[in-house]
Amino acid sequence: MSGILIIGEHDGQHLNQSTARCVACATEIAAAGTDIDHVDIVILGADITAIAAEAAALTGVTAVLSVSNPASSAPLAAVLAPQIVKLADDYDFVLAPSTTFGKDLLPRVAALLGAPQLSDVMSVASARTFQRPIYAGNAVVTVEVPAGMKVVATVRGASFKPVATGGTAEVRSIEIDAELPTHTRFVELQAGSSDRPDLQTAKLVVSGGRGVGSADNFAHLYKFADRIGAAVGASRAAVDAGFVPNDMQVGQTGKIIAPELYMAFGISGAIQHLTGIKDAGTIVAINKDAEAPIFEVADFGLVGDLFQAISDIEKQLGQ
Amino acid sequence: MQKIIVCLKRVVDFNVRIRVKPDGSGVVTEGLKMSINPFDEIALEEALRIRDRGDAHEIVVVSIGPDDAKQQLRTGLAMGADRAILVETTAELEPLTAARLLQQIVAREQPDLVLLGKQAIDDDCNQTGQMLATLWERPQATFASKLVIEDGVATVTREVDAGLEVLQVDLPAVVTTDLRLNEPRYVKLPDIMKAKKKPIETIAIDSLGVNVAPLLKVTRYEPPAVRSKGKMVKSAEELVSALRDRGLFA
Ligand SMILES: Cc1cc2nc3c(=O)[nH]c(=O)nc-3n(C[C@H](O)[C@H](O)[C@H](O)COP(=O)(O)OP(=O)(O)OC[C@H]3O[C@@H](n4cnc5c(N)ncnc54)[C@H](O)[C@@H]3O)c2cc1C
Ligand SMILES: Nc1ncnc2c1ncn2[C@@H]1O[C@H](COP(=O)(O)O)[C@@H](O)[C@H]1O
Repeated sequence: MSGILIIGEHDGQHLNQSTARCVACATEIAAAGTDIDHVDIVILGADITAIAAEAAALTGVTAVLSVSNPASSAPLAAVLAPQIVKLADDYDFVLAPSTTFGKDLLPRVAALLGAPQLSDVMSVASARTFQRPIYAGNAVVTVEVPAGMKVVATVRGASFKPVATGGTAEVRSIEIDAELPTHTRFVELQAGSSDRPDLQTAKLVVSGGRGVGSADNFAHLYKFADRIGAAVGASRAAVDAGFVPNDMQVGQTGKIIAPELYMAFGISGAIQHLTGIKDAGTIVAINKDAEAPIFEVADFGLVGDLFQAISDIEKQLGQ
Repeated sequence: MQKIIVCLKRVVDFNVRIRVKPDGSGVVTEGLKMSINPFDEIALEEALRIRDRGDAHEIVVVSIGPDDAKQQLRTGLAMGADRAILVETTAELEPLTAARLLQQIVAREQPDLVLLGKQAIDDDCNQTGQMLATLWERPQATFASKLVIEDGVATVTREVDAGLEVLQVDLPAVVTTDLRLNEPRYVKLPDIMKAKKKPIETIAIDSLGVNVAPLLKVTRYEPPAVRSKGKMVKSAEELVSALRDRGLFA
């Protein structure tokens, strides 16, 4: 019998939703395989009791391995990877979310294991065969991991719905004896503080591009987003121009998201941007240029000035 | 700091629209415009700025690829790198294999810093730098948007999902670049002429003692599912009513 190990992501307080999406992927792999009988999550950190409990509540999880160590208080790949590798020996599959956390960490684990890695798994064809996007999503490849080789993969969150809670997995505290490097030191996290919904989990997203014109003009988008309870995203051009911080970038090299509604204001629709939103339920594009490529993928398109459109939509919604 | 290695991958230019071959055996790359992977160009620009500040003496650009990858190395030399190494192969390599080959180059060159792009825009893997750092048993700082080097320590600001994370790593180290680290310079004609005299060393891939056979099996390429074009609405009123019909607006 074999098992799947998922590297849980958290911010020191709560489990990140990307972990529940990995469990969904793992559940599909286990169903496709013939001999996979457990899906475990490892939580590494300093003070992780509450986080491990959150992981144990995810449906489909067999056990949570809680590895507490003061050295893991910040998610440093060079510190976490040697600990994970000690556990990974017992598993045929090691999964991590395709977030900046997983992208930074998993290749380090793979290299220590001497195993190749698949990035951004978007669908499970069989227990050892997966699909993943290449060329900014312009092509999809089917990749098979030969028998006898560990499957090491990051999971593209937008492709899997998070599993529900209500599970009661066992939590095991584990001590790992691994030599940890001191050559990498955490200094600080400058978090974009916002009371708005999180871009990666929000049902509604309002997004602005270069067309918004300035940081001040983004206030119109924030106000509208707050009115409808949406998160706010942006194109690379808007981030590069300094209108908004980097954590708002959507696209190939930013966040890949799958909200129920994505409203793009003053975004032209470059392929690198569209890669980030192709799993959105409904895409709305508002652009003054009727030829903008974003209209090719939008479910609803409105040609016109974005500021006028925002004010008209707000009027329709009443106050 | 003595030496910086910058990895340059030859990729299809980011402006080119990629198409899958009708038989699903690959993507069409023949005759397409090829360029330095955009993230690698940013990596090279950063190395040049470090050297121009007087914090490094030599910049070596390395590419693993076909003979034609010399074009990208020449561009790198024209931008200002001092010399170039081509590990010649026509095979497409997995990141783990690329990292193992780069490890051999690193062992030979003993750089203080290796700069790579955070991802190659063809395979979109985002693995090679992290794997190289691991094999080399050195620190990594990925997705860098700011890099400061002082007294053998690199202070790196990283673009992460939650915002900006700052790390300190002891050199030698591997740093991978994000888009906002800098804006690469344009090459000027006289620099292209001067670069012709700079050396490109070619290394046969077999001489590095790395097994380069693919570990994973790619069985099929296909075009992505396309979203079909929807409806153009005439007014905000029509839009709001359509979104209400879908239950998206109250
Ligand atoms: C390696 C690489 C990676 C990249 N990764 C990403 C990524 O992750 N995410 C990303 O977004 N981009 C990415 N890009 C950049 C991408 O190619 C585009 O340059 C970028 O998405 C353009 O942003 P934009 O649509 O806001 O700007 P533009 O293309 O300049 O479009 C602005 C639009 O606003 C419209 N407009 C202007 N004023 C108004 C108005 N008053 N009312 C209505 N409409 C108006 C214009 O008609 C225009 O269509 C990447 C590029 C590269 C090379
Ligand atoms: N064949 C190659 N030649 C030179 N550099 C490479 C090669 N493959 C990968 N790299 C480097 O590794 C980075 C990440 O690539 P990848 O892991 O494939 O997304 C690239 O941006 C390059 O800097």
